[in-house]
Amino acid sequence: MRRLTDILAPLVLIIALLGAWEAACRILEVPAYFLPAPSAVAASLWADAPTLAASAYNTLAMALAALVLASLSAQALALMVALSPILERAIKPLAVVLQVTPVVAIAPLVVIWAGIDNPERAIIALAALVAFFPIFSGAITGLKAADPDLERLFDLYGAGRVKRLVRLRLPSAVPFLLEGHKVAAGLALIGAVVAEFVAGSGGAQGLAWRILEAGNRLQTARMFAALVVLGLMGALLYAGLARLERSGLRWWRGR
Amino acid sequence: MEPFVAELAKVEVEYPGSGLALGPVDLALSPGEITALVGPSGCGKSTALRLLAGLEGPTRGQVRRTARRGESAVVFQAPTLAPWLSARDNVALPLELSGLARREARTRAEAALARVGLAGAAGARPAQLSGGMAMRVSLARALVTEPRLLLLDEPFAALDEITRRALADDVLRLWAETRPAIVFVTHSVEEAVYMASRVVVFSRGPGRIAGEMSVAGPTLRPEGFRTTAGFRATVEAVSTVLARGMEAPA
Repeated sequence: MRRLTDILAPLVLIIALLGAWEAACRILEVPAYFLPAPSAVAASLWADAPTLAASAYNTLAMALAALVLASLSAQALALMVALSPILERAIKPLAVVLQVTPVVAIAPLVVIWAGIDNPERAIIALAALVAFFPIFSGAITGLKAADPDLERLFDLYGAGRVKRLVRLRLPSAVPFLLEGHKVAAGLALIGAVVAEFVAGSGGAQGLAWRILEAGNRLQTARMFAALVVLGLMGALLYAGLARLERSGLRWWRGR
Repeated sequence: MEPFVAELAKVEVEYPGSGLALGPVDLALSPGEITALVGPSGCGKSTALRLLAGLEGPTRGQVRRTARRGESAVVFQAPTLAPWLSARDNVALPLELSGLARREARTRAEAALARVGLAGAAGARPAQLSGGMAMRVSLARALVTEPRLLLLDEPFAALDEITRRALADDVLRLWAETRPAIVFVTHSVEEAVYMASRVVVFSRGPGRIAGEMSVAGPTLRPEGFRTTAGFRATVEAVSTVLARGMEAPA
């Protein structure tokens, strides 16, 4: 019963809002370039489905590539930092500076480095940069989050640094890593879209480009259609990773 | 046989910023002896335990230990099990850290679990165990290395009275099998007198030994031991020393 209302309540609200929107557009005769009616957006979704699907695939592929890149580099760096306190002190200020610098501000530079002909490389790099920090800080926190009494137990039996890392700190970090990846996946998608906007070229053919293109042509219904696809993709990605986190935690905890 | 398993000689512990926490304290542990440390919170009894385990060093004085690394074991206040490992692998951990092959370690871990009555729970994860069962796994993990010195830091504090009593009897029964020296810290005077042949009372500010009492009777307590006049008298005597220690100027 609760599940049913959980699904029905938002559905009813969405339908009501769409109905009001549709009615307002028709009664007030709002020009389609300014605010298209939901029916027009739906028509555009249907008509442009192949292009939108291809673009969604491109954006998703770039976001996922960025996530993999961020995951590998963040975890590798966190591991090195965990093994060397000096390295941690050296890296931390740099990491903070990089983190607080808006990705939009770095984007033009990365576009130049990646080469004008390779916008997707620039986009992946920028999205990876955004996705890097939640995983990196999750890993750093997690590697230090081992139960202090378990640490004492490892002291007691004379475990060395590597054994302690493999048998205690890495497993203790798992919940933090899962959480970090969940947050990073959302950020990777946002990063991919923002980076494509900034790259400003059609080379990568992602959803952001569809929005830009439709905007320039005042095809507002198409802009909305692309937004709908983007929103759905983001929600699905988040739901997928939340599920992955849950089952990961279940595996880790054994229930 | 060596005269002691571990000894604190004129030991003092000072933490930066908070002054003297412990000492001077002299305390020697004979092989096979069960010693209880009681005292108010913050009297340094847990610190004394960590010193005996070698997990911490003294600021002044000496800690002598004839029990080598791997020959002492600690049970903490919480079960402190690794959530990602099964009960069996948690118990096998000390053996594996000491360099034993995994297969051999697991076999011995299963035997240790059987000793604490958990043969059937070897594959269970800590999250699937009750508080008392988790504590038993923790006890098995301490016993698996057959330590000469077993240190228990308020091991039953989080458990209900029935489970506490059952575990106290378990510890005594397990002690009888290999007779390690046991030191345990507790807030409960009754528990101290029930389990130990020697009760050391700590006082606060800084932590010092306020008194020491030996408990008569067989180490494996007979049924109804808690109602005997001797038990009640010792509990009273320890409580009196404890109360005096608590009045001591901070």
